[in-house]
Amino acid sequence: DIDDVGHKYHLELVLEDVLDKDSTVNCTAEVLYHLGNKNSAPSVQFTLEEELKNTDEADNIFYNRIKSLEKELVAENIPDSHGNVSPEMEPVRLLAWVASGYVIWQNSTENTKFQLAQIKHVKQVKRSDEYLEFDYTILLHEMVSQEIIPWQMTVLWHPQHGVQVTQDSRQPKHASE
Amino acid sequence: DQVLHIVPETFQQVQHLQHLCSTLPLDLWKPLLPEDIWAGEDLHIRVPASLVQEVKDSLDEHMISYKVLIPDVQELVDQSMPRERSSHRQVPEGYVYTQYHPMEEIYQWMIQIQKSNSELVTQHYLGKTIENQTMYYLQISQPSDKTKKIIWMDCGIHAREWISPAFCQWFVKEILQNYKSDPKIQRFLQNLDLYILPVLNIDGYMYSWEKDRLWRKNRSPHKNGTCYGTDLNRNFNSSWGSVGVSYNCSSAIFCGSGPESEPETRAVAEFIKSKKSDILCYLTIHSYGQYILTPYGSTTKPPSNSEELIHVAEKAAAALIGKYGTSYKVGSTSLILYNNSGSSRDWAHMIGIPFSYTFELRDKGTYGFVLPPDQIQPTCEETM
Repeated sequence: DIDDVGHKYHLELVLEDVLDKDSTVNCTAEVLYHLGNKNSAPSVQFTLEEELKNTDEADNIFYNRIKSLEKELVAENIPDSHGNVSPEMEPVRLLAWVASGYVIWQNSTENTKFQLAQIKHVKQVKRSDEYLEFDYTILLHEMVSQEIIPWQMTVLWHPQHGVQVTQDSRQPKHASE
Repeated sequence: DQVLHIVPETFQQVQHLQHLCSTLPLDLWKPLLPEDIWAGEDLHIRVPASLVQEVKDSLDEHMISYKVLIPDVQELVDQSMPRERSSHRQVPEGYVYTQYHPMEEIYQWMIQIQKSNSELVTQHYLGKTIENQTMYYLQISQPSDKTKKIIWMDCGIHAREWISPAFCQWFVKEILQNYKSDPKIQRFLQNLDLYILPVLNIDGYMYSWEKDRLWRKNRSPHKNGTCYGTDLNRNFNSSWGSVGVSYNCSSAIFCGSGPESEPETRAVAEFIKSKKSDILCYLTIHSYGQYILTPYGSTTKPPSNSEELIHVAEKAAAALIGKYGTSYKVGSTSLILYNNSGSSRDWAHMIGIPFSYTFELRDKGTYGFVLPPDQIQPTCEETM
C-alpha cells in the first residue's frame, strides 16, 4: 500500500514455454495499480533471469507461409466449439494470445481477471511493407463478472520486430453474433 | 448396432415407423425427422444393439419388410478410427467418451446406460426446465437391505462448461466398467449410493450447442422476452442476492427474481432437501480454473467443519496431481476466487450436508471453456 499512489505488488514468477512445458524461465516483476485513475493501465517492470529461447526458425516459417498466400487469410472461431484448432491456425491463435495480453494489461484493475476465450474472427490486412497485419475480433472472458466481452484489435507482426497492437476497442455485446 | 433399410409401402406402415421413432431411441439417418417418412421413400435407421431384436420383431408383426444395410456399425466406426480399448459389455457400444455430446445424445446415453446396467443403474425424473426439457438423474446403487448414505454430483450448471457433463458421463462409465473388477469400487458401493445429474442446465447447454457457445445461464425469459437467463449458481437460497451478483438480467451473474426462482434450481433443491439426512457429500462440477472450492462464497467466515473439509480436499488435490501433474488449488471460494452468493455448494452446506465442494476442472485459461476433446480423457482420469 503506497499512500496517495496506489497498490504495489512484488511478484516472483515462472514463465513456461507454451510449446515446451519443460522449458521455464524465472522472472521477477513489480506491478503498480494506480490510485484513483482507473483509466490508466497498471505500471509494470520486470526482469528475466535468463534469456528467452530463440524462435527465429518457427517465426520465419510462419512469416513466409503467410506472405506466400494468394489471398489474404480469413478465419473464424478459433478454437471451434469443440476446442479444435487446425495446425495452420495455431500460430494465428498464439499471435492473438500475445496481442490480447497487451489489451488485457491495458484494461486490468485489481478487480478483474481476463482470459482470451476465443477468436471470433480474424482477417489479414494487405500491407505494402514487410509487416503482417491482422484484424482480430476476440472474446475476452472476465472471471469476476463472468462476462464475455467482444474486442477488436489490429495486430502488426514481424519476425524481427515483434508484436504491436496498433488499435483496439471494446465492442458492444452483440457485435460477435 | 445395425442400420436397417426400409421402404414403407402403406400409410399404416409409415405411422407404425413414426410410432417406433417416437417411443424408442432410434437414430434416423434418412430422413432426419420422423415427419418426413413417406411411403415409397427410402428409410435408413440405426437401431441400438439392445433394441435390434425388438425392432425387427415389431417390423415383422406389422409385415414391414427390411434389409440390413449395416450389420455392425461399431465395426465400420473402428475401421475409420482406431479405438484403444475393446468394447466392454457394460457400456453402450460405440459411445465415444472422448468427444463432446449434444443433449439428445446424452438423453439416449442415459437410457442405454440403464438398459445395459440395470442391476446397478436406475434413471429417475428430477423435474423440468423452463423450456420444458426433462431433467433426469442416474442412481448407481448396489442392491442391499440397508439404507446407504448418498453422494450427489451434478454437472453442467453453467452451459458453456462442456468438460463438466463430459466428466459426469465419464465418471458413470468408469464406475460401471470397473465395478466387477475393482474391489475398491465394490466396497464403495456397498456403503454408498451415487446420484449423478449429468446436465443440470439443459436449456443452456442446448443453447451453447446451437446458438452461443459461450452462454452461461439458463434460458428463462425476462422483461417480456427482451432478456434471457438466470445464473443458476447464484439462484440458490444461500445468502441469495447479497454479494457477487447482478440484479440486472443482461448480466452473466444475474441472480434471478428471487431465491429458487428458476425451475431447475427448485428441482435440485427440492430433491436434495428431501434426502438431506442421507446425503454425505454434495459435489458440483464446473470449469475452468483447476480449483477444489469449499464453502463459502458469500462470507469469509469459515464453515464449522472447515478443517476437515480442507483436509479432504487437499488429499483429493494430491491424488489429482499424481496422475498427470495437473495442479489444483484448494480453498474457500471467498478467499481464493471471488465473492458470490446463492451458489448451490454454499446452500448444500448450509442445510446440513457436511461435505460440499465445487470442482473447477481444466484448464487455467489457455483454452478455457473451449477445452479441446483430446483433454477430456486426461481431465477425467485425473479427476477420477
